[in-house]
Amino acid sequence: MKGYDLFELAVRNLRQSKLRNGLTTVGISVGVASLVAMLSLGVGLQQLATRRLAGSGMFDTVFVTSKQDFRGFDREDDQKTEHPENAPVLDEPARDAMTHLQYVTEVEPEIRVMGEIVSGGQTHFGFVTGLPMSARENEAFDNLQGKFFSGPSAEEVILLNDFAKEIDPKDPKELIGQEVTLRYGERQALAPDSESAGRPQLAGTPGGGSNSASGDDFGFSVVRKTQKLKVVGIIEEEPYGGMRTVSRGRIFLPVDLTEKLNMAQFTDMRSSLRGGGGKTYMTLTVRVKDPGKVAQVQDAINKMGFRTFSVLDATKSLRRFFTVLDLFLGIFGSLALAVATLAIINTLVMAVLERRREIGVMKAIGASDRDVKRLFFAEAGAMGFFGGVLGIALGFAIGKAINVGTGIYLHRHQLPSEAVWILPPWLIGAAIAFSIVVSLLAGLYPASRAAKLDPVQTLKYE
Amino acid sequence: MDSVPSSRVPPAVQTANVCRYYPMGGGIIRAVDGISLTIERGEFVALLGQSGSGKSTLLNLLAGLDRPSSGSVTVQGRDLAKMSSEELAAYRRNDVGMVFQAFHLIPSMTITENVELPMRFAEVDRAERGQRVRESLEQVGLGKRLEHRPSELSGGEQQRVSLARALANRPSLLLADEPTGNLDSRTGEDILNLIRDLSLSLGMTVVMVTHERALAERFAQRLVFLGDGKLLSQEALA
Repeated sequence: MKGYDLFELAVRNLRQSKLRNGLTTVGISVGVASLVAMLSLGVGLQQLATRRLAGSGMFDTVFVTSKQDFRGFDREDDQKTEHPENAPVLDEPARDAMTHLQYVTEVEPEIRVMGEIVSGGQTHFGFVTGLPMSARENEAFDNLQGKFFSGPSAEEVILLNDFAKEIDPKDPKELIGQEVTLRYGERQALAPDSESAGRPQLAGTPGGGSNSASGDDFGFSVVRKTQKLKVVGIIEEEPYGGMRTVSRGRIFLPVDLTEKLNMAQFTDMRSSLRGGGGKTYMTLTVRVKDPGKVAQVQDAINKMGFRTFSVLDATKSLRRFFTVLDLFLGIFGSLALAVATLAIINTLVMAVLERRREIGVMKAIGASDRDVKRLFFAEAGAMGFFGGVLGIALGFAIGKAINVGTGIYLHRHQLPSEAVWILPPWLIGAAIAFSIVVSLLAGLYPASRAAKLDPVQTLKYE
Repeated sequence: MDSVPSSRVPPAVQTANVCRYYPMGGGIIRAVDGISLTIERGEFVALLGQSGSGKSTLLNLLAGLDRPSSGSVTVQGRDLAKMSSEELAAYRRNDVGMVFQAFHLIPSMTITENVELPMRFAEVDRAERGQRVRESLEQVGLGKRLEHRPSELSGGEQQRVSLARALANRPSLLLADEPTGNLDSRTGEDILNLIRDLSLSLGMTVVMVTHERALAERFAQRLVFLGDGKLLSQEALA
């Protein structure tokens, strides 16, 4: 028998006893729905957890420092490092090498300098921090007022709400869209023959008068500069920035802009001691594509001779937890489907008994045992398919209800609502396929029983 | 053994000492007990006998619905006893048409669908089926109420549908088990007339089981009498 004939006959037979087959199909759909609801709850919770972790910026970031600097984070490591003065420095080539490591999405210097915002004739002191474009994903920007930077070197600024209040106590939001002036110190390298270059020397700048004292002369001057910036946004709290070396940043600039402005940092003092003239970084922030790869990236950077710091791979144990959770949810969900399987067997066995005569007739007019078996299989499969589709719809409704319920609960506790239940497309396909497979397995016994019926016995005239 | 000497054309049906035993309680029922019978192509043969004489069992053996305990059943040179169940199904599908006393139409299907059913098993093209359904129904004289269910038809009409279904795959052998048993005598005669006409026009071999000797004498070319699973006598009619 051809496939379409098989399907047509199967559906026609199912429609013969609508109530019974309908109830069985609903039974399957309840089973599928509970499975889908449970598994997608697992998926949703996992995604929620991952999203929260990624949003904090803690789990995909490695902070890199040179072993020459900042000793004391890890005593054991410090003691093992015999000649820290020979350790590599965080210079441009090192940064470049890290950028090219596998799984690394960006390497940004940590920039934190003192600055002043001049607005309406008043000056306000604060720490300036450079932010990469990827910081947009950080949860600190979840309730951003205004906009994020339009580009990595846009002349724009985002302010911390407290700082904005300091500038405009009445309505800090008014600041958005306005232009302010940033006053900062620019680092200007001194050539060994700087005097002949005729660069103006400012009083009180380090290195100002000492560069000609010896042959080892290297240094820079810090020059007061101003830069006009447009306020584009205000945030409540500072994004997770790792070392928190000095103080809270209150003024945020696109990181490329801060680099372009060549702002003088505390660490410049350190590099001036080191000599050599090249630009070095105190800390590099390495962002990793997937929190699971942090350890790997950290390893690679350690091998380059740098000190690294990251919140250790918390995601690994998290993933193990969710695998177990999914398993449990799956088992619970499957219970209803197991009951539904029994219902299919029961329904089909009943159908075989009821249709003994019909099966005999079909065999008498040319149906093979295989045709009969396939027909019952097709009926089981069709119930599985319809049950699966219905179950997805039902599961979807249950999931929506869970989301609405948790939304109300979270709202009551003054928390932003979260989607704890997510139905991924693969689960839709998998659930329907699973439902069909389970139904076919349930159809095995009834189908072979139908195929074995003896037409002579069933056709005896009663 | 009165086996007919083989002519150039093999006979339509030939049984050689065919037996069918059933275990029953402690003993054995010999439903068919060593019957040897030859039926020529295009012949209309009636099997007569009391109930329990083994005529229906013999018919089932010819239909390939049942397998002999011993002996052979050869239809157009092929031994049914040696066929697999798949092959027997193909044989029933392509070479045999069956008509029953109880009609055995599928109640949930319309007339058209009932006649179409054997063609589904034979994997006849969908496009061709409609044509062949109409053809078969015309042959049995049914042209109306084709979308009705069997229960909405009279007994005679139902038997015509059943006959049309038997003809759907253009069989060479028509097996009828008490085809008039559920019909009044006039309708029964109509059906037998129809069967005889079809046999003549299509060259189809007919084996009919009946216990009504008068009817059999009027339509069949040969009467075969069975009793206790054995062939008692044969009678050729003009």
